Amino acid sequence: MADVATVVLTGIGLFFFLAGTAGLMRFPDTFSRLHALTKADNLGLGFIALGVAFQAATWREVALLALIWALALLAAGTVSQLVARAALGEEETR
Amino acid sequence: MTFVLDAVLCALILGVAAATIAGHGVFRAIVFFIVYGLLVAVGWVRLGAVDVALAEAAIGAGLTGVLFLAAYGRLGREGAGGDAPAPAHLPAAMAGLGVTCALGWAWSALPLPDRPGPQLAEALPMSGVENPVTAVLLNFRAWDTLLESVVLLAALTGLWMLTRDAAWGGRIGLPQHVRPDGVMAGFGRVLPPLGLLVGVYLVYIGADRPGGAFQGGTVLAAVGLVAALAGAVRPPRIGATRWRAALVAGPLVFLLAGLAGAALGAGFLTLPPQIAGAALFAIEVALAASIAVTLAFLVLGPPEETITR
Repeated sequence: MADVATVVLTGIGLFFFLAGTAGLMRFPDTFSRLHALTKADNLGLGFIALGVAFQAATWREVALLALIWALALLAAGTVSQLVARAALGEEETR
Repeated sequence: MTFVLDAVLCALILGVAAATIAGHGVFRAIVFFIVYGLLVAVGWVRLGAVDVALAEAAIGAGLTGVLFLAAYGRLGREGAGGDAPAPAHLPAAMAGLGVTCALGWAWSALPLPDRPGPQLAEALPMSGVENPVTAVLLNFRAWDTLLESVVLLAALTGLWMLTRDAAWGGRIGLPQHVRPDGVMAGFGRVLPPLGLLVGVYLVYIGADRPGGAFQGGTVLAAVGLVAALAGAVRPPRIGATRWRAALVAGPLVFLLAGLAGAALGAGFLTLPPQIAGAALFAIEVALAASIAVTLAFLVLGPPEETITR
């Protein structure tokens, strides 16, 4: 049962990563590429962490996975804001 | 299944390594280099060398990557950011090829060591720590680690020698402009407490489990850098005495412990078992502080703003 949950959830997570990567490569400008990358990848990482959590032996491991996801969210959100701001500055000076 | 994972990992490492050195564009090469470091760190985890993986991820990918990015940004500001023509890379390529051939020869010609070596298991109880990697780094092969810490100090000295006379005495690095209520300012307040906890934990746990002065020190350096980039703290002035003391604390404590070993009759840098535990802890803490400050200062660079006297 836990294995089924892991396979299904990490499968969904991988699909989101695939979608995010497709968006990164196909979308026309910096802002929509950032949108695809951060939104899809954050969701994908969340699903993968959730899937892996079903294999965890202790609650401590589940908490660590949740912490990793939260930190990745924080970093990705901040970095995408900074990249977007830099791109905005470049566009204005053009 | 694990074979497939390892095969894919190896292919990824080789592919990213090729992408780092082939193709054009310095920025592209730096990004691939960082990805390469992270993949190699995963490879070290697969080999069970968690200490090396931590060091590779923190120093090889993280810190070296940031240093490269800082250098790239500086080249752009100085107007020297263009790519060199292909022939200029030839000596470096030849040197790289030579190192690869030498490593390949060493791999095939040298005998494989017993792992982890029966002598190590025998000597470990006398080292003062439980983690065999820390025992080798700080006790059995203390010379190497002492010289490494001095090399870091020499690198920073070399960097500081590039300071313009007009900027000497100013705050190190570029002045940071951060919007007080912006995203970066918030990030710089949320992350450092957590990073501080992780860094101190890595230094402390190094005696018994994977971790140690280099890994923990690098995390602490990153904490300082995030806080500085977010404007939460201002970098110190280049001549500040207490920061200079922090820079030399690690090598100094290391040397003092080595002298204590000599005074107790065991020989220079040979720690007798009765003081080994305490000495190693002192070395680890002082070394972590020095590594953190040195690495953070290396990334920030020399002072750039001309100060008015």
